[in-house]
Amino acid sequence: MTAKKINITLNGYNLKVDPGTTILDAAKMNNINIPTLCYHKDLCVAGNCRVCVVEVAGQKRLSAACATPVEEGMEILTNSLKVRNSRKHIIELLLAEHNADCTKCYRNGNCELQELASEYKIMTQEFIELVPYKTYTIDMYSPSIIKDDSKCIRCQRCVRTCAELQGVNALTVSHKGDKMKITTFLEKPMNSVVCTNCGQCVNHCPTGALVEKNYIEEVWEAIANPDKHVVVQTAPAVRVGLGEELGFEPGSRTTGKMVAALKRLGFDSVLDTDFTADLTIVEEGTELLTRLKKALVDKDESVKLPMATSCSPGWIKFIEHMYPEYLGNLSTCKSPQQMFGALVKTYYAKARNLEPDKIVSVSIMPCTAKKFEASRPEMLDSGYRDVDYVLTTRELAIMIKQAGLNFMALEDAKFDRLMGESTGAGVIFGATGGVMEAALRTAYEIVTGRDVPFKNLEITPVRGMEGVREASIKIENPKPEWAFLDGVELKCAVAHGLVNAKKVMDAIQSGQSDFHFVEVMACPGGCLGGGGQPIPTNPEIRQKRAQAIYAEDAAMPIRKSHENPEVQKLYRDFLKEPLGELSHRLLHTKYTRRERF
Amino acid sequence: MATTYQLKRADFVFKNENDWEQVLSSIIRRSPQELINELISSELKGRGGAGFPTGLKWKITSELKADQKYVICNADEGEPGTFKDREILQRVPYKVLTAMAACGYVIGSNEGYIYLRGEYKFLEPELLKVIDEFEYFCKEINLDFKVKIFMGSGAYICGEETALFESMEGKRGEPRNKPPYPSTFGYMGKPTVINNVETLAHAFTIFKYGAKKFYDLGVQYSRGTKLFSVSGDTPKPGIYELELGMSLQDFVYEFGDGDTKAVQVGGASGFLVPRKKFADTAIGYQGKLTGISLPTGGSMMLFNSSRSMFNVLDNYLEFFREESCGQCTPCRVGCQQLLIGIKAVKRGERPATYLDKLLRLTETMQYTAKCGLGQSVANSFSSIVENFREEMIY
Repeated sequence: MTAKKINITLNGYNLKVDPGTTILDAAKMNNINIPTLCYHKDLCVAGNCRVCVVEVAGQKRLSAACATPVEEGMEILTNSLKVRNSRKHIIELLLAEHNADCTKCYRNGNCELQELASEYKIMTQEFIELVPYKTYTIDMYSPSIIKDDSKCIRCQRCVRTCAELQGVNALTVSHKGDKMKITTFLEKPMNSVVCTNCGQCVNHCPTGALVEKNYIEEVWEAIANPDKHVVVQTAPAVRVGLGEELGFEPGSRTTGKMVAALKRLGFDSVLDTDFTADLTIVEEGTELLTRLKKALVDKDESVKLPMATSCSPGWIKFIEHMYPEYLGNLSTCKSPQQMFGALVKTYYAKARNLEPDKIVSVSIMPCTAKKFEASRPEMLDSGYRDVDYVLTTRELAIMIKQAGLNFMALEDAKFDRLMGESTGAGVIFGATGGVMEAALRTAYEIVTGRDVPFKNLEITPVRGMEGVREASIKIENPKPEWAFLDGVELKCAVAHGLVNAKKVMDAIQSGQSDFHFVEVMACPGGCLGGGGQPIPTNPEIRQKRAQAIYAEDAAMPIRKSHENPEVQKLYRDFLKEPLGELSHRLLHTKYTRRERF
Repeated sequence: MATTYQLKRADFVFKNENDWEQVLSSIIRRSPQELINELISSELKGRGGAGFPTGLKWKITSELKADQKYVICNADEGEPGTFKDREILQRVPYKVLTAMAACGYVIGSNEGYIYLRGEYKFLEPELLKVIDEFEYFCKEINLDFKVKIFMGSGAYICGEETALFESMEGKRGEPRNKPPYPSTFGYMGKPTVINNVETLAHAFTIFKYGAKKFYDLGVQYSRGTKLFSVSGDTPKPGIYELELGMSLQDFVYEFGDGDTKAVQVGGASGFLVPRKKFADTAIGYQGKLTGISLPTGGSMMLFNSSRSMFNVLDNYLEFFREESCGQCTPCRVGCQQLLIGIKAVKRGERPATYLDKLLRLTETMQYTAKCGLGQSVANSFSSIVENFREEMIY
């Protein structure tokens, strides 16, 4: 591309930049940082906080750098006295409106407003504090998310996230002027609206207005209780995100250190959700093949295709609200977290000779929706609550800091047994397309007896960050019992971010697509970009975490779920067979139709 | 001090000769270029308050290529003390429709909208009848132009053109980032001409009588006539069409009650002029007139010595605090700070010098607010606080 460059001067220096570049980007490319609050790389430009204002020669008014494209001959000042004074005023105004009780805030230390206040050295409250003039309620009804309006700076990042990334629109703006606020339908609490608990709003909130409901103290208490056996499981995406909270660069693989840290925190057994990810593949893969057989051989019209994955609890709640007529298309498999929970208080308890009611089952997830999932009334199949506490990656990082561990210096440790063995297929669950890839590795081999026809088992068409990806695999020379699949082109779709899930569902609804298998992850990038992952999360960081996930997979000695020796042992000793009676009781679930508001 | 009475009344807008059909027929016999030139040479500027040259607006949009363009009549008349557009739509709606059709003809648009203020719902039935008749005539003369009414819901901010588009698109009425401007990216992202009701009525006058007749009225940079909504402490409140360029002194001679202390020109977002500056203030668009000149949407509020300027300001600020859309920081929080700030000074909870801090804040609001609302709060605030500082404190 040789589009004609535009000449500008930035703080007195002549520069050439591409047409269409915003002042903000032009400055960034030239190593000048302009502060922002309402701006986020994932979202459309709002230009409403006005912190990024800059001076353009010849204009009396200042321009919002995020929203103003450069023009030929533009002379821009990013740090003039007028800019500084105005910016300072705006920060002061935000602080006057904000419940700036920083020492008692969950986001203390990782708050964009706090950072700005520190950068501009706002030492006194110049304006009159507005918080005492208003009544705020803190919405704590959701098991996943706490919404505290007194800390809201009305940047609308959450609103844009909920609309643009997720297509959910649970959060929206209501009222105007001084009463303008971010709220839900009819100001109902977060647990009784269309909210999927995905936590993307939490991840995109610059302040402490939206945070996860944390269960740190409950877990510390369980650990301290000598009568309790506390088991922890860790999701695949946590190991590639946790490091960011503890001094590592994005994209660092910290599996060994994470395990070591968990052991030092005092968990009795440190296990791996990847194990049940592998189990999910065996169950879900078998379910898919069974559905295909029913549809193609038995011509059973009641069989619902395409089958959709059910690992992502945000996606589950989304489809329950938005497309309840398609609940039959969801795989009945529980998510790996919940399979794990059900097994811990049955299989694991029995094997370790423990009373199930003495076990406290904790999971570390990149996800806030998992907190809700664990609290669903269906998730009591072990006879107890299958997963007692769900912590996000961020909460684990807090615990590690509280325990005074020097995370970077920890020596790598290995997961405990039982239920700590995993494969590369289990790891890639953490990235969008991962479940699909893992399922194909297994299903293709079950059907043909051969590896999937991709180099190093890397099914590249389902990898990547495009919102919706489609792929197909032609089945040739299957084993005799799968002869009916000979020549069948297995069509798959992968979507991440619920706004993309919507696209796939609409295509299915309109009959434009003939997919057999659909993978949906509620969050952009899949779990590695989950609502419970370190803040900030943005496109580059997601890319790096994805690279780490695939590197983790490549480094695993076993790369296919059905080859996981512990999974094989589980079937031998306990479950007997995939989709068997015990599987149905412990590992499968049902879904609920919900209202659309 | 002006000693001779110089106020020039005029009667164009409300004079109804029932000749809109002939005017429209003659308009479409002329070339779009000719019509644009007519408007440009009349030097008609937008009568909504911002004062952008109308001819230029039409010209820019006419030169763009697009599958659809729109003509929008901004009838979201919400500025406190302004009630002229209501009268125009009630008494001479055909003039407005004719000018809209002319605009459609010039820029290449067959779709017009009247964005009608929520509180003017009562105008809708009559307007719809008029539109029916108007569209029937357009069909007769082979002019492809339709007009629809879009009812606002009573938010002041929706008079801001980009917020108005958002509202029409079914979204929350919040101003957009500019650029892009409506001429290139307006309603539904299409090139759009949006004009105030009165501007369109003047365009009718110009197309009927020619640019010269309009241009010869008024003064340099402020040509033609303007409707003024006169209210407050005056023996004759009402709507008056006056030539632009008059001195405020003359205006007060005519409309004052003999005890006029100050005049708020341009509504809550305009300026307050104290008695001592009446003679030096000319009413028109900002230009190189001698003395001060003021932008104006046409609201003239007179206050006599029985009025407390603190209460006046308090009232305006309460209005802004509520009518800010709330999206941008300087406007949302700034308006609240100004309001509770002056109260705190009045109660003695903050020193008098706090007013200076607030004045600096209005400067920031002027520089950084996203749209005209937040930017113009400074106008009334600074003109009242600077001229009546004592009343703010004691």
